[in-house]
Amino acid sequence: MKGLLGKKLGNTSIFNEEGKMIPVTVVELGPCYVTQIKTEESDGYDAVQLGFGDKKEKNVSKAMKGHYAKSKVDACAKLKEFKSYDVEVSLGDTVECDIFEEGETVNVVGVSKGKGFQGVVKRHGFHGVGDSTHGQHNRNRAPGSIGAASYPSRVFKGMRMAGRTGGDRTKVKNLTVVKVIKDRNIVLIKGAVPGSKGSYVIVEN
Amino acid sequence: MDIIKEIENEFRPDGTNAEFKAGDNVTVYYKIKEGTKERIQPFKGDVIQVRGKQSDIKCTFTVRKVSNGVAVERIFPLFSPNIEKIDVNKRGKVRRARLFYLRTAKGKAARIKEARRKK
Repeated sequence: MKGLLGKKLGNTSIFNEEGKMIPVTVVELGPCYVTQIKTEESDGYDAVQLGFGDKKEKNVSKAMKGHYAKSKVDACAKLKEFKSYDVEVSLGDTVECDIFEEGETVNVVGVSKGKGFQGVVKRHGFHGVGDSTHGQHNRNRAPGSIGAASYPSRVFKGMRMAGRTGGDRTKVKNLTVVKVIKDRNIVLIKGAVPGSKGSYVIVEN
Repeated sequence: MDIIKEIENEFRPDGTNAEFKAGDNVTVYYKIKEGTKERIQPFKGDVIQVRGKQSDIKCTFTVRKVSNGVAVERIFPLFSPNIEKIDVNKRGKVRRARLFYLRTAKGKAARIKEARRKK
Protein backbone atom coordinates (compact mmCIF):
# COMPACT_ATOMS: atom_id res chain seq x y z
CA MET A 1 0.00 0.00 0.00
CA LYS A 2 1.03 3.54 -0.62
CA GLY A 3 -0.81 6.67 0.25
CA LEU A 4 -0.69 10.35 1.02
CA LEU A 5 -2.71 12.95 2.81
CA GLY A 6 -4.07 15.90 0.90
CA LYS A 7 -6.65 18.59 0.67
CA LYS A 8 -9.52 18.79 -1.79
CA LEU A 9 -9.40 22.09 -3.67
CA GLY A 10 -12.36 21.78 -6.03
CA ASN A 11 -13.53 20.47 -9.35
CA THR A 12 -13.02 21.42 -12.97
CA SER A 13 -12.67 19.74 -16.36
CA ILE A 14 -9.77 19.23 -18.71
CA PHE A 15 -9.38 17.69 -22.15
CA ASN A 16 -7.60 14.37 -22.56
CA GLU A 17 -5.45 13.28 -25.52
CA GLU A 18 -8.49 12.15 -27.49
CA GLY A 19 -10.08 15.56 -27.11
CA LYS A 20 -12.70 14.32 -24.69
CA MET A 21 -13.61 16.54 -21.78
CA ILE A 22 -13.18 14.75 -18.49
CA PRO A 23 -14.28 15.96 -15.05
CA VAL A 24 -11.48 16.13 -12.51
CA THR A 25 -11.06 16.93 -8.83
CA VAL A 26 -8.07 19.07 -7.96
CA VAL A 27 -6.34 17.70 -4.86
CA GLU A 28 -3.39 19.30 -3.13
CA LEU A 29 -1.48 16.14 -2.26
CA GLY A 30 1.42 16.28 0.09
CA PRO A 31 4.17 16.98 0.81
CA CYS A 32 3.79 14.60 3.73
CA TYR A 33 6.37 14.04 6.45
CA VAL A 34 7.22 10.76 8.09
CA THR A 35 6.57 11.32 11.78
CA GLN A 36 6.84 7.76 13.03
CA ILE A 37 7.81 4.34 11.75
CA LYS A 38 6.25 1.38 13.50
CA THR A 39 7.85 -2.02 13.23
CA GLU A 40 6.90 -5.58 13.97
CA GLU A 41 9.38 -5.77 16.85
CA SER A 42 8.47 -2.61 18.71
CA ASP A 43 4.76 -2.20 17.91
CA GLY A 44 3.58 -5.60 16.70
CA TYR A 45 2.89 -4.44 13.14
CA ASP A 46 4.52 -2.48 10.34
CA ALA A 47 3.24 0.98 9.61
CA VAL A 48 4.29 4.48 8.62
CA GLN A 49 2.76 7.57 10.15
CA LEU A 50 2.54 10.57 7.83
CA GLY A 51 1.76 14.17 8.66
CA PHE A 52 0.31 16.84 6.39
CA GLY A 53 -0.40 20.55 6.68
CA ASP A 54 0.63 23.20 9.13
CA LYS A 55 -0.49 23.71 12.68
CA LYS A 56 0.19 26.74 14.83
CA GLU A 57 2.62 26.02 17.59
CA LYS A 58 0.28 27.35 20.28
CA ASN A 59 -2.27 24.70 19.32
CA VAL A 60 0.13 21.79 19.73
CA SER A 61 0.00 19.98 23.03
CA LYS A 62 3.18 19.24 24.95
CA ALA A 63 2.78 15.54 24.38
CA MET A 64 2.50 16.01 20.63
CA LYS A 65 5.48 18.38 20.63
CA GLY A 66 7.52 15.54 22.05
CA HIS A 67 6.20 13.24 19.34
CA TYR A 68 7.16 15.66 16.56
CA ALA A 69 10.56 16.29 18.16
CA LYS A 70 11.49 12.63 17.63
CA SER A 71 11.21 12.99 13.85
CA LYS A 72 12.26 16.70 13.77
CA VAL A 73 9.13 17.51 11.78
CA ASP A 74 7.10 20.72 12.28
CA ALA A 75 3.67 20.17 13.79
CA CYS A 76 1.19 18.83 11.26
CA ALA A 77 -2.52 19.49 10.93
CA LYS A 78 -3.30 15.86 10.17
CA LEU A 79 -1.62 12.59 11.00
CA LYS A 80 -2.44 9.27 9.44
CA GLU A 81 -0.98 5.82 9.76
CA PHE A 82 -0.52 3.61 6.69
CA LYS A 83 -0.03 -0.09 7.26
CA SER A 84 2.64 -1.96 5.25
CA TYR A 85 3.76 1.13 3.36
CA ASP A 86 5.37 0.29 0.01
CA VAL A 87 7.48 3.42 -0.44
CA GLU A 88 10.77 3.16 1.37
CA VAL A 89 11.05 5.94 3.92
CA SER A 90 12.99 6.81 7.01
CA LEU A 91 12.03 9.03 9.92
CA GLY A 92 11.66 12.70 9.00
CA ASP A 93 11.51 12.03 5.26
CA THR A 94 9.29 13.95 2.87
CA VAL A 95 6.92 11.97 0.67
CA GLU A 96 5.65 13.81 -2.40
CA CYS A 97 2.84 13.26 -4.84
CA ASP A 98 5.12 11.70 -7.47
CA ILE A 99 4.70 8.31 -5.79
CA PHE A 100 1.54 8.20 -7.92
CA GLU A 101 1.71 7.90 -11.68
CA GLU A 102 -0.64 9.23 -14.29
CA GLY A 103 -3.15 6.60 -15.29
CA GLU A 104 -2.93 4.76 -11.99
CA THR A 105 -6.09 3.88 -10.07
CA VAL A 106 -6.43 5.05 -6.49
CA ASN A 107 -8.93 4.99 -3.66
CA VAL A 108 -9.85 8.29 -2.04
CA VAL A 109 -11.09 8.59 1.53
CA GLY A 110 -12.80 11.70 2.81
CA VAL A 111 -15.61 12.89 5.01
CA SER A 112 -18.71 13.43 2.89
CA LYS A 113 -20.58 16.72 2.97
CA GLY A 114 -23.10 16.94 5.79
CA LYS A 115 -26.66 17.06 4.54
CA GLY A 116 -28.58 17.40 7.80
CA PHE A 117 -31.72 15.47 8.66
CA GLN A 118 -32.89 13.80 5.47
CA GLY A 119 -35.71 11.49 4.52
CA VAL A 120 -35.36 7.91 3.36
CA VAL A 121 -35.44 8.77 -0.35
CA LYS A 122 -32.26 10.82 -0.17
CA ARG A 123 -30.68 8.89 2.69
CA HIS A 124 -31.22 5.29 1.58
CA GLY A 125 -32.40 5.56 -2.02
CA PHE A 126 -36.00 4.49 -1.31
CA HIS A 127 -38.47 5.18 -4.08
CA GLY A 128 -41.37 6.53 -2.05
CA VAL A 129 -44.81 4.99 -1.91
CA GLY A 130 -47.37 4.78 -4.69
CA ASP A 131 -48.48 7.24 -7.31
CA SER A 132 -48.31 10.97 -7.38
CA THR A 133 -51.80 11.17 -8.89
CA HIS A 134 -55.01 9.07 -8.78
CA GLY A 135 -56.22 10.66 -5.57
CA GLN A 136 -53.05 9.95 -3.62
CA HIS A 137 -51.37 12.66 -1.72
CA ASN A 138 -48.29 13.18 0.51
CA ARG A 139 -46.92 9.61 0.10
CA ASN A 140 -44.34 10.44 -2.57
CA ARG A 141 -41.33 10.32 -0.27
CA ALA A 142 -42.72 8.10 2.48
CA PRO A 143 -40.80 5.04 3.72
CA GLY A 144 -43.80 2.66 3.66
CA SER A 145 -44.10 -0.22 6.07
CA ILE A 146 -41.37 -0.65 8.68
CA GLY A 147 -42.36 -4.17 9.69
CA ALA A 148 -45.13 -6.61 10.55
CA ALA A 149 -47.70 -6.27 13.39
CA SER A 150 -48.29 -8.57 16.40
CA TYR A 151 -45.33 -10.68 15.47
CA PRO A 152 -42.64 -9.40 16.07
CA SER A 153 -44.40 -6.45 17.78
CA ARG A 154 -41.31 -4.36 17.40
CA VAL A 155 -39.18 -2.68 14.78
CA PHE A 156 -35.99 -4.50 13.95
CA LYS A 157 -32.72 -2.87 14.81
CA GLY A 158 -30.96 -1.21 11.91
CA MET A 159 -34.25 -0.46 10.08
CA ARG A 160 -33.40 2.21 7.56
CA MET A 161 -35.16 5.41 8.46
CA ALA A 162 -34.79 9.17 8.13
CA GLY A 163 -31.98 10.89 10.00
CA ARG A 164 -28.67 12.67 9.85
CA THR A 165 -27.13 12.21 6.44
CA GLY A 166 -23.62 12.82 5.19
CA GLY A 167 -20.61 13.75 7.26
CA ASP A 168 -19.44 10.13 7.22
CA ARG A 169 -16.05 8.78 6.36
CA THR A 170 -16.45 7.64 2.76
CA LYS A 171 -14.11 5.77 0.47
CA VAL A 172 -14.43 6.01 -3.29
CA LYS A 173 -12.58 3.24 -5.05
CA ASN A 174 -10.84 2.95 -8.39
CA LEU A 175 -10.53 6.56 -9.42
CA THR A 176 -7.98 7.33 -12.12
CA VAL A 177 -5.10 9.74 -11.60
CA VAL A 178 -5.24 12.04 -14.62
CA LYS A 179 -2.35 14.40 -13.95
CA VAL A 180 0.43 14.71 -11.41
CA ILE A 181 1.92 18.20 -11.14
CA LYS A 182 4.84 17.62 -8.83
CA ASP A 183 6.25 21.12 -8.55
CA ARG A 184 2.93 22.41 -7.21
CA ASN A 185 1.99 19.27 -5.25
CA ILE A 186 -1.22 18.94 -7.18
CA VAL A 187 -2.92 15.80 -8.45
CA LEU A 188 -5.94 15.73 -10.73
CA ILE A 189 -8.22 12.77 -10.07
CA LYS A 190 -10.94 11.79 -12.47
CA GLY A 191 -14.44 12.17 -11.08
CA ALA A 192 -15.70 13.27 -7.72
CA VAL A 193 -14.07 12.90 -4.34
CA PRO A 194 -15.95 12.97 -1.02
CA GLY A 195 -15.97 16.13 1.06
CA SER A 196 -16.24 19.84 0.66
CA LYS A 197 -13.56 22.14 -0.72
CA GLY A 198 -10.72 22.44 1.75
CA SER A 199 -11.46 19.15 3.48
CA TYR A 200 -8.75 16.60 4.09
CA VAL A 201 -8.59 13.48 1.95
CA ILE A 202 -6.47 10.35 1.91
CA VAL A 203 -5.35 9.13 -1.49
CA GLU A 204 -4.19 5.53 -1.33
CA ASN A 205 -3.67 2.52 -3.49
CA MET B 1 -10.45 29.34 -6.16
CA ASP B 2 -7.25 30.70 -7.59
CA ILE B 3 -5.45 27.37 -8.00
CA ILE B 4 -8.37 25.93 -9.93
CA LYS B 5 -8.35 28.93 -12.29
CA GLU B 6 -4.61 28.48 -12.79
CA ILE B 7 -5.07 24.81 -13.63
CA GLU B 8 -7.89 25.57 -16.01
CA ASN B 9 -5.78 28.15 -17.80
CA GLU B 10 -2.79 25.83 -17.91
CA PHE B 11 -4.67 22.96 -19.52
CA ARG B 12 -6.92 25.05 -21.74
CA PRO B 13 -6.17 24.40 -25.42
CA ASP B 14 -5.67 27.43 -27.62
CA GLY B 15 -9.11 27.17 -29.18
CA THR B 16 -10.26 28.85 -32.35
CA ASN B 17 -10.66 32.45 -31.18
CA ALA B 18 -13.96 32.64 -33.03
CA GLU B 19 -16.31 35.21 -31.55
CA PHE B 20 -19.98 34.48 -31.70
CA LYS B 21 -23.16 34.82 -29.72
CA ALA B 22 -26.53 33.13 -29.58
CA GLY B 23 -28.35 33.80 -32.83
CA ASP B 24 -25.27 33.67 -35.04
CA ASN B 25 -25.04 31.19 -37.86
CA VAL B 26 -21.80 29.23 -37.65
CA THR B 27 -20.04 26.33 -39.31
CA VAL B 28 -18.12 24.10 -36.91
CA TYR B 29 -15.41 22.01 -38.55
CA TYR B 30 -15.21 18.99 -36.30
CA LYS B 31 -12.52 16.32 -36.58
CA ILE B 32 -13.84 12.78 -36.65
CA LYS B 33 -11.65 9.74 -36.19
CA GLU B 34 -12.59 6.64 -38.15
CA GLY B 35 -10.17 3.91 -37.22
CA THR B 36 -6.82 5.44 -38.00
CA LYS B 37 -8.15 7.97 -40.48
CA GLU B 38 -9.19 11.45 -39.53
CA ARG B 39 -11.62 13.58 -41.48
CA ILE B 40 -13.32 16.88 -40.92
CA GLN B 41 -17.07 17.16 -40.77
CA PRO B 42 -18.67 20.59 -41.04
CA PHE B 43 -21.77 21.25 -38.97
CA LYS B 44 -23.63 24.38 -39.98
CA GLY B 45 -26.42 25.88 -37.94
CA ASP B 46 -27.58 28.54 -35.54
CA VAL B 47 -26.03 28.97 -32.12
CA ILE B 48 -28.91 28.73 -29.66
CA GLN B 49 -26.94 29.07 -26.49
CA VAL B 50 -23.45 29.63 -25.14
CA ARG B 51 -22.92 28.26 -21.65
CA GLY B 52 -20.26 29.76 -19.45
CA LYS B 53 -17.77 32.50 -20.16
CA GLN B 54 -16.02 32.22 -23.50
CA SER B 55 -12.66 32.29 -21.73
CA ASP B 56 -13.60 29.35 -19.50
CA ILE B 57 -12.36 25.85 -20.33
CA LYS B 58 -15.79 24.48 -19.45
CA CYS B 59 -17.62 26.75 -21.92
CA THR B 60 -19.91 24.92 -24.36
CA PHE B 61 -22.24 26.05 -27.10
CA THR B 62 -25.23 24.46 -28.79
CA VAL B 63 -25.70 24.56 -32.56
CA ARG B 64 -29.09 23.78 -34.06
CA LYS B 65 -29.74 22.96 -37.66
CA VAL B 66 -32.72 21.62 -39.55
CA SER B 67 -31.77 18.99 -42.09
CA ASN B 68 -34.46 17.31 -44.19
CA GLY B 69 -37.12 18.56 -41.81
CA VAL B 70 -35.43 17.02 -38.79
CA ALA B 71 -33.89 19.39 -36.30
CA VAL B 72 -30.47 18.39 -34.98
CA GLU B 73 -28.86 20.03 -31.98
CA ARG B 74 -25.27 19.47 -31.11
CA ILE B 75 -23.32 20.64 -28.10
CA PHE B 76 -19.64 21.43 -28.58
CA PRO B 77 -17.07 22.30 -25.93
CA LEU B 78 -15.67 25.63 -27.11
CA PHE B 79 -12.07 24.63 -26.48
CA SER B 80 -12.38 21.08 -27.81
CA PRO B 81 -9.14 20.10 -29.58
CA ASN B 82 -11.33 18.32 -32.13
CA ILE B 83 -12.69 21.60 -33.45
CA GLU B 84 -10.54 22.55 -36.43
CA LYS B 85 -12.13 25.96 -36.87
CA ILE B 86 -15.38 27.83 -36.48
CA ASP B 87 -16.67 30.07 -39.26
CA VAL B 88 -19.24 32.72 -38.47
CA ASN B 89 -21.52 32.98 -41.49
CA LYS B 90 -24.14 35.41 -40.26
CA ARG B 91 -24.68 37.59 -37.25
CA GLY B 92 -28.19 37.24 -35.91
CA LYS B 93 -30.39 39.85 -34.31
CA VAL B 94 -31.95 38.26 -31.27
CA ARG B 95 -33.30 39.59 -28.01
CA ARG B 96 -32.34 36.81 -25.67
CA ALA B 97 -29.32 34.64 -24.87
CA ARG B 98 -31.02 31.25 -25.06
CA LEU B 99 -33.10 30.66 -28.17
CA PHE B 100 -35.04 27.60 -27.07
CA TYR B 101 -38.21 29.11 -28.53
CA LEU B 102 -36.86 28.08 -31.92
CA ARG B 103 -37.66 24.46 -31.07
CA THR B 104 -41.38 25.08 -31.08
CA ALA B 105 -41.54 28.09 -33.41
CA LYS B 106 -42.84 27.45 -36.90
CA GLY B 107 -42.59 29.31 -40.21
CA LYS B 108 -41.66 32.94 -40.04
CA ALA B 109 -41.18 32.90 -36.28
CA ALA B 110 -38.49 30.25 -36.61
CA ARG B 111 -36.18 32.55 -38.52
CA ILE B 112 -33.44 34.71 -37.10
CA LYS B 113 -33.09 38.19 -38.53
CA GLU B 114 -29.65 39.19 -39.61
CA ALA B 115 -28.08 41.89 -37.51
CA ARG B 116 -26.83 45.10 -39.01
CA ARG B 117 -23.68 45.11 -37.05
CA LYS B 118 -20.39 46.78 -37.79
CA LYS B 119 -17.66 44.25 -38.26
